[in-house]
Amino acid sequence: MKIMCLIRQVPDAEARVKTANGTVDLQGSSMALDGMDEYGVEQALRMSEGGAGTVAVAVGPQRFEDAIRRTLAMGLERAIHIETDLVLDVVTTSRLLKAIALEEQPDLIFVGGQHADTDSQAMGAALSEALGWNLVTWTTELTLEGQHVTAVHDVDDGKETVELELPCVVTTQQGLNEPRYPTLPNIMKSKKKELLKKSLNDYGISSTMVRVVNQEIQQRARLQHIIDGKDAAAAAEQLIVLLHTEAKVI
Amino acid sequence: MILVHCEHDGTRLRKSALEMLGAAQALGGEITALVLGRGSSQVAAEAAKYASQVLIAEDALLEPYSARNHAQAIADLAVQAEASLVLTSGSRAGREVAPRVAVRLDAPYLEDATQLELIDGGLRVKHYAYLARVTETLEAIAPLIVVSVKPNTQAVAQPSANLGEVFEVELELTPSPIQVVGRTQEKTSRVALTEASLVVTGGRGMGSPENFKLIEDFADVLGAGVGATRAAVDAGWRPYAEQVGQTGKTVQPNAYFAIGVSGAVQHMSGMGKSKLIVAVNKNADEPIMKVADYAIIGDLNAVMPALIAAAKKLKD
Repeated sequence: MKIMCLIRQVPDAEARVKTANGTVDLQGSSMALDGMDEYGVEQALRMSEGGAGTVAVAVGPQRFEDAIRRTLAMGLERAIHIETDLVLDVVTTSRLLKAIALEEQPDLIFVGGQHADTDSQAMGAALSEALGWNLVTWTTELTLEGQHVTAVHDVDDGKETVELELPCVVTTQQGLNEPRYPTLPNIMKSKKKELLKKSLNDYGISSTMVRVVNQEIQQRARLQHIIDGKDAAAAAEQLIVLLHTEAKVI
Repeated sequence: MILVHCEHDGTRLRKSALEMLGAAQALGGEITALVLGRGSSQVAAEAAKYASQVLIAEDALLEPYSARNHAQAIADLAVQAEASLVLTSGSRAGREVAPRVAVRLDAPYLEDATQLELIDGGLRVKHYAYLARVTETLEAIAPLIVVSVKPNTQAVAQPSANLGEVFEVELELTPSPIQVVGRTQEKTSRVALTEASLVVTGGRGMGSPENFKLIEDFADVLGAGVGATRAAVDAGWRPYAEQVGQTGKTVQPNAYFAIGVSGAVQHMSGMGKSKLIVAVNKNADEPIMKVADYAIIGDLNAVMPALIAAAKKLKD
């Protein structure tokens, strides 16, 4: 059983994000392994024999190395880092990852349900389509018997249980498992694990199809009309009237 | 030509479809509406009001819903109809199908667009990034571009005097290799959360699952969708389908009512772009208060029944 985990490093969910000159400025922001990817790493560890046959794959700048090291400290066996400062669009990335998957021959690929930097949900779907593999998105339960996968996943208006065969791509989210913290001995061990560096050049990729033109922080000015609710009936009456006559939403 | 993949419920177009047709009208040019799946012939007449042609297909291999087969159908028809732009909904299903279509067509994909603008040889869109903390402008230059459009961001389409022509199309699909063996549909008479123009959400401050009756009653008086925070869902008080936030649904209603909600970053990323935010909380220091347009500081057990009564009075 070989499992590939696609991972990325993103600003901490609680971190304040700043922009400068139309670009997100991550200087001084605390960065972390994307929480959605962490569920995939944990699942890979549970489905393998102590991490055997698992590989983390990351496409991004040099700083991604901290997040990659974290997945190795959690227990993944080795890692591949395609180091680039170019922000690749999802379709081009799917071509790159397809090439890596064809080299690595995994049975299963985990991808975070949504990236916490691009806010994209597209990577798992794009990769499965590029490979022609089965896909389960927004997975909350996953069991494997031989080549046979049973999964429970969220859809727009509820949940579905699906059955399919390996190989497949699975996108992960909260609820699938509780990701472990790396233990000190595992952190020590991870420093000796293989981290293979590659470049886009190795895969004949040099450009992106989508250009980021501008990034800015748009904050809606809020009215901040605060009503004291000690007299609940009067406060409620006042709010409903404001919503009807001033805000005109009801 | 703009190809609009229209979501529908078997009898009517979803609001997201009307919004995408509206976005297509605003961009200008010829519009082809694509209505796939069971009931599409019924929905075709409605779609014809907004598009110069309507393509319908009721292929049995589209059901139970198969993203793979929908993607193949959309991609094949985009090529046949010589589309320059393909629009899908920014629903979860839409955001699974759209990148698949883009991969099949080797076309750039612009995800969850809130604004669309034609530029020379391509398209420029805005969308949210960094858990909706940042607004990004993206550009793609290509003869064919695939876009998913964020729900509740576009003006709905205006019917045209001329009805579009309806064509039944044949698809060349193969059976889906994925077997759907179980399905739990969240049964609700209420409006879909992501499309609702009003949303009432309860958080940990509700204190108990029983207390969500206050949320439901208030939502029903207003005709609003019901939401819940991750804390309320994790506690088992509410179904996951109602979760608003990073790991749930993203909503952008005309008014968002946050009741007993503290306002964690992950929650804000799912509702922070609401046009109006109304909070009810006993604690004036909660983060949600900083983004509130209107707020009542008080005990929700007293305030909510009063709000329900006041809203009922207004509606009568």
